[in-house]
Amino acid sequence: MVMDRPRTGDTRAAANAANDVEVQCGLTMELGWDRPLMLDCGVALGPFTLAYQAYGALNADRSNAILVCHALTGDQYMAGTHPVTGKPGWWSLMVGPGLPLDTERYFLICVNVLGGCMGSTGPKSVNPATGEPWALDFPVITIADMVRAQKLLIDRLGIDRLFAVIGGSMGGMQVLEWAARYPDKVFAAVPIATAARHTAQNIAFHEVGRQAIMADLDWCGGRYIAEGRNPDRGLAVARMTAHITYLSEPALHRKFGRRLQDRSSLTFGFEADFQVESYLRHQGASFVQRFDANSYLYITRAMDYFDLAQEHGGKLANAFRDTPVRFCVISFTSDWLFPTAENRSIVHALNACAADVSFVEIASDAGHDAFLLDEPEFSETLAGFIAGCAEHAGLNGRPDGR
Amino acid sequence: MSPLDTPRSDARAAVSPGFLRPDLALIAEMVTPGSRVLDIGCSDGALLEHLARARDVTARGMELQQKNVNACVARGLSVIQGDADTDLVEYPSGAFDYAILSLTLQATRDPRQVLEQMVRIARHAIVSFPNFGHWRVRLHLLLHGAMPVTDALPEPWYETPNIHLCTVKDFIGLTRRCGIEIEEAVVLNDRQQRSGLATPRLANLFGQKAIFRLKRGELAPGRR
Repeated sequence: MVMDRPRTGDTRAAANAANDVEVQCGLTMELGWDRPLMLDCGVALGPFTLAYQAYGALNADRSNAILVCHALTGDQYMAGTHPVTGKPGWWSLMVGPGLPLDTERYFLICVNVLGGCMGSTGPKSVNPATGEPWALDFPVITIADMVRAQKLLIDRLGIDRLFAVIGGSMGGMQVLEWAARYPDKVFAAVPIATAARHTAQNIAFHEVGRQAIMADLDWCGGRYIAEGRNPDRGLAVARMTAHITYLSEPALHRKFGRRLQDRSSLTFGFEADFQVESYLRHQGASFVQRFDANSYLYITRAMDYFDLAQEHGGKLANAFRDTPVRFCVISFTSDWLFPTAENRSIVHALNACAADVSFVEIASDAGHDAFLLDEPEFSETLAGFIAGCAEHAGLNGRPDGR
Repeated sequence: MSPLDTPRSDARAAVSPGFLRPDLALIAEMVTPGSRVLDIGCSDGALLEHLARARDVTARGMELQQKNVNACVARGLSVIQGDADTDLVEYPSGAFDYAILSLTLQATRDPRQVLEQMVRIARHAIVSFPNFGHWRVRLHLLLHGAMPVTDALPEPWYETPNIHLCTVKDFIGLTRRCGIEIEEAVVLNDRQQRSGLATPRLANLFGQKAIFRLKRGELAPGRR
């Protein structure tokens, strides 16, 4: 078998119709050209590209690797400066020297999911059969497909077993899928603010987002790149709706209340009178600068289709029978999108197979987004769990032996 | 407030590193090194940590109070938030070698069911409780005619989470009723001195805390 060499510093133009920005995709790997990836939908995909970022150093016996799985609209840039937004990576509070996911001790990998739009193959990539962007001809992918693709990448990196797989929200779904699918390849698993299935309410919100995109005339039946257009308004509305689900009423109230935006009285019109409106419009407008509308359709669909119990004969515990993986499930009190009850049902299933599981609920009023924010108790818990696991795994000290 | 809240945190708090409270030390001695243990109501994780380090056990905990759970996990212990009364049913039979319930039985809603679940999910159950038959308790009620407040039962009646207090004699009676076999029993007097149960009446009089190692009887009646 020919080894794929990760290409460093590969600069490629992101086919982002909104703003032809040059995306510095740190690392990419071509996969599936020797044998295509069999997707759940029945399509054989290959070759395909996965874009990823790596932080820290792999130790001599390649035992200190942690895979971090990003959420729906996240990407592989979890630390450092994001090449498109210029802002810190989405988990820069957690990943770095001396931080809970310590880059001086661990080799951290984050992969842009299959179907994504930050360098991994997705609907905006060129379909080799037509020479045009895939658009809606791109096969529908699932969480399991994303994980199978990541597994190929981890294999090619020569990592036999991941020390940990960690992720929040959709990232947590991938964590569960990893643990269920490859129990001997994962020492510890940390599903955060997630669920073993998408609920009717979750699906409902996603459907609103998708309909907003598809109702935008600039969507052009998905062929907007070929048409030189972009469904900015639809994608922005999708983001605005979703953004509300990531927060909580107390958080919104604390941040904005009924305060007015740059004015002293109501205008009796439909301008953004309220700060909260202005904030949401800003969220929508900045999102379309970095995200592909079709990717949004595909990735939300992957989440909707996720039901780990159903993949295992209708019983979630079957997914984890005799699992050697050490789990730490974490939820947040004010998260109503992936509430504690959903996280607890994962814990119940793990208890039913006497798995090694810790379960922590963090008190926070920040809603679902709490896992991305500065929540000291969350950081301490994660750091403690990882340190405990490192001790059990015999992973002490730094990769360079210092 | 849930019944498991206070006595555990009070009773187990302030354990300095390296020092294990005498009743917890006694429990630890009953655990075979290298075994699988579930500590139900593990509080700050002092016993769990001791078991994991000194006796090399696979240590897991269940604790009602979220802040204790978070502290345990941050110390690297495997602990979940859960309730002895409702959550033991989830575990498969024989999942552990030992299920430990220290100074918590008297605060559960259904002590009988908790005991039965413990001997189902583990080969051995280790249970400790404050003995309501202790002479100080008896004397307090006799002389004062008021609910006893002692070292082992520090809260007044209106604040205590203890809703199912029992004596050594009562407890032995319950194990018989449930068909649970007593493998070992020790009491600690108020000077933390140990004695066995050779003379149960004396143990019931001088034992301030009682520690029992139990297992499911051969002919256990199948309740639940």
